[in-house]
Amino acid sequence: MSYPTKISIKLFLLMFTLASLLSCSNNNSQAIDYKDNYSTEKGGILVNAMIGEPSNLIAMIAGDSASSTIAGNIFNSLIKYDEKLNHAPELAKKWMISPDQKTITFTLKDNLVWADGTPLTSEDVLFTWQLVTDPNTRTPYASDYLLVKKASAPDKNTFEVTYEETYAPAIDTWASLHILPKHLLKDEDINNTYFSRKPTGSSYYQLNKWVSGQQVSLKSNTNSSQGLPQIEQLISRIIPDTSSQFLELTADNIDLMSINPIQYQRVFPARKDMLEKINLYKELGNGYTYLGFNLKKAPFNDVNVRQAINYAIDKDEVIKGVLLGLGEPIASPYKPGTRWNNPNLQPYPYSPKKALDLLKKAGYEKNEDGYFEKNGKVLAFEILTNQNKQREMTAVLVQRRLKEIGIEVTIRVLEWASFINQYIRTGDFNAVVLGWSLSLDPDQFNIWHSSQQGPGQFNFIGYENSKVDKLLELGRKELDANKREKIYHQFSEHLLNDSPIVYLYAGYGLSAVNKRVQGIKNPSPPAGIYHNSYEWFIPNELRRNEMVN
Amino acid sequence: MLIGISLISFFIMQLAPGDFTSTEASFNPKASEESRQKLRELYNLDKPIHIQYGLWLKRIVKLDFGNSFKSHQRPVLWEEEDKNGNVTKGLIQESLPITLLINLLGIFIIFSISIVLGTLAAINQNTIVDRSITLFVFIGFAIPGFWLALLLMYWTGVANQWLPISGLHSPGYLSLDTFSQTLDMLKHLILPVFISCLSGLAGISLYVRNGMLEVLHQDFITTARSKGLVEKKVVFIHALKNAVLPLITIIGLSIPGLIGGSVIAESIFAIPGMGKLFYDSVLSRDFPVIMGILTIGAVLTLIGNLLADLGYAWADPRVRKGIIR
Repeated sequence: MSYPTKISIKLFLLMFTLASLLSCSNNNSQAIDYKDNYSTEKGGILVNAMIGEPSNLIAMIAGDSASSTIAGNIFNSLIKYDEKLNHAPELAKKWMISPDQKTITFTLKDNLVWADGTPLTSEDVLFTWQLVTDPNTRTPYASDYLLVKKASAPDKNTFEVTYEETYAPAIDTWASLHILPKHLLKDEDINNTYFSRKPTGSSYYQLNKWVSGQQVSLKSNTNSSQGLPQIEQLISRIIPDTSSQFLELTADNIDLMSINPIQYQRVFPARKDMLEKINLYKELGNGYTYLGFNLKKAPFNDVNVRQAINYAIDKDEVIKGVLLGLGEPIASPYKPGTRWNNPNLQPYPYSPKKALDLLKKAGYEKNEDGYFEKNGKVLAFEILTNQNKQREMTAVLVQRRLKEIGIEVTIRVLEWASFINQYIRTGDFNAVVLGWSLSLDPDQFNIWHSSQQGPGQFNFIGYENSKVDKLLELGRKELDANKREKIYHQFSEHLLNDSPIVYLYAGYGLSAVNKRVQGIKNPSPPAGIYHNSYEWFIPNELRRNEMVN
Repeated sequence: MLIGISLISFFIMQLAPGDFTSTEASFNPKASEESRQKLRELYNLDKPIHIQYGLWLKRIVKLDFGNSFKSHQRPVLWEEEDKNGNVTKGLIQESLPITLLINLLGIFIIFSISIVLGTLAAINQNTIVDRSITLFVFIGFAIPGFWLALLLMYWTGVANQWLPISGLHSPGYLSLDTFSQTLDMLKHLILPVFISCLSGLAGISLYVRNGMLEVLHQDFITTARSKGLVEKKVVFIHALKNAVLPLITIIGLSIPGLIGGSVIAESIFAIPGMGKLFYDSVLSRDFPVIMGILTIGAVLTLIGNLLADLGYAWADPRVRKGIIR
């Protein structure tokens, strides 16, 4: 037999072996007995994987999620959210709201320092506010801070802001603004500074080394304003492909990754050897997916049609089909389990009968093809969505259910920028499957108020309801949380009745974490598992053979 | 020529809807339309296209490729030093070496193996050897690279811990000595290079095979055989030289390809190369980076063509003396 023939035979054998390898499990993993009773120990390295590289560690400029995740470990805001998603002190030990509700006075904790040892004072806070509102700063997030009429730092522990008008979401905006050091940035161009690649912060960690395109490593900040974290070093490896991440997790090279519903429900349960060393966690995310209508166009200007479609879609089926059950139906644009979510509201149940009645009420008749028709026009529309597997699958399930009751639906999938610029901005669409991720403040003025319909604004579906407008305006002016709760419960009720969008699901965020990482709260609190990541620890005997860079 | 290429690429790029302020991350109720408009002005994206092109051209003649929009301050091409002596590396500067290394290794391996396989196939024309070589290279060509890559990663990285799975360096890379560093990096490169070679074998080896067959039927080969040369000499000295001549053109034409990486392979193996850089830049409409890569690609294409012509003239006296074109 000649040489090349051998090669091709070998190749076939190789592929056979590979295929059989994949089907049988790996037996040579060392058996570690993971107990639950380890005591907290400082030190160790946590390696996680992320799909994208941070662009810039100054969060007000960066805007991508990788950047804000890393920057969130380095910088502090004045206020944070605790595990129940209530406001809690971070750099500020307390804050007071003036009787006219227009001035907020923050008092900083005593003896705060930056990682380099320089004192952190209210001057830094004032400087940060000046930066974010400076017209030359390339940030998309300025608008909330521009509402501040006057900001001042009367003494080194006090920072005071006065708003033109009462602005209830203000507290939330101070929970998302990372305070930056004045002494390092005052002579720098914030848009183009080396600081964004080698920042100095005040939180648990500081940058250790950033290897472009490969990894960002953080080490604990001995001057941390919040105390020392348990884990000494955090390494985030940049692995764009999730299958590769999964292999790295399997091979024990990374400790933590986000996983998808298929991995959570199918892959891990089938791999006993994996479950021996890996824990799975789920937490409700801050976003939801919806079917939105162009309310400016027939037939969606008729509330009966919108409600009919809402009744005709089986949300449980969508959750089972798309998320393998790892999601929840919702009835208001708020995270279930938080105070802003109105517990009395129920999602529209799946009821083809009600849908048919509503369509008849709206004046539609079935034609001989089985589709509804009014004045010679068939009830048909196109759903647009962007290239996102879950949204595409959702659209298909919606299409099927609507066809069953006699509405013809086509689906078009677009690249994001074309989608936004050619269809959303111009209002040239019938219906969309999209998602909103929400901030923790209940204010949703930008999404639902009738004044927010201009090109590029967020009420692109064209929702107008004078009662909702009033409630949204009221909610922005009310700082009392109990009164706000009532306002937003009422708002959600109107929204549900009007059915301008069909809430499809709020999905769970899923993570797989190696069992060497201890101290993760399960089930996760409302703020999610990462909320107490500074308390996580890796017991000495479970650490991998680590080489420190 | 270069101006023409850059002009066309600039305008085609502008035809794509949206700019970097309309990425998915910016579709966020906290980012107001006014702020995005302000960003567009700060980046000159509100100006008419011909003025934007003029601004770009004005910088490029000074070899200033500008700074990336997306990462805000990173220079596109080469490192910059700020007033405090901090050096920020250029995006292309960091991505190019690794892509070049993989591609050069790849081309070297592809050509060496292909010449051997092609020659073997030609001298054993229509035998089982020929057939199995053809079958083998076409399997390599047809196999989906990402799939084979994942299988191999599982086999060599998870099931048996022979090779690292992804990335360029092991943890603790910096604490190793130079020799171990090189070894570590080579280990990381084995799979990516293997995958990138596999699909290239088919074209080149068939090229060699057919070139060889053509040459073997020419008169001077018959002459060589008739004067009693051993078959080995006939094939490897007289025929092979002539058969590989067309490869010079292929090498020349593949020079611009040297700076392009495969998005899929780079994503799977987590290699920060040019393919991923270009792909991400297009998705985020990072115009300076896109234009920078296209311009360098255009320059390399022109150089490659020139080198191919020169190389051909150098290797083939008939071309040099104008006997054939």
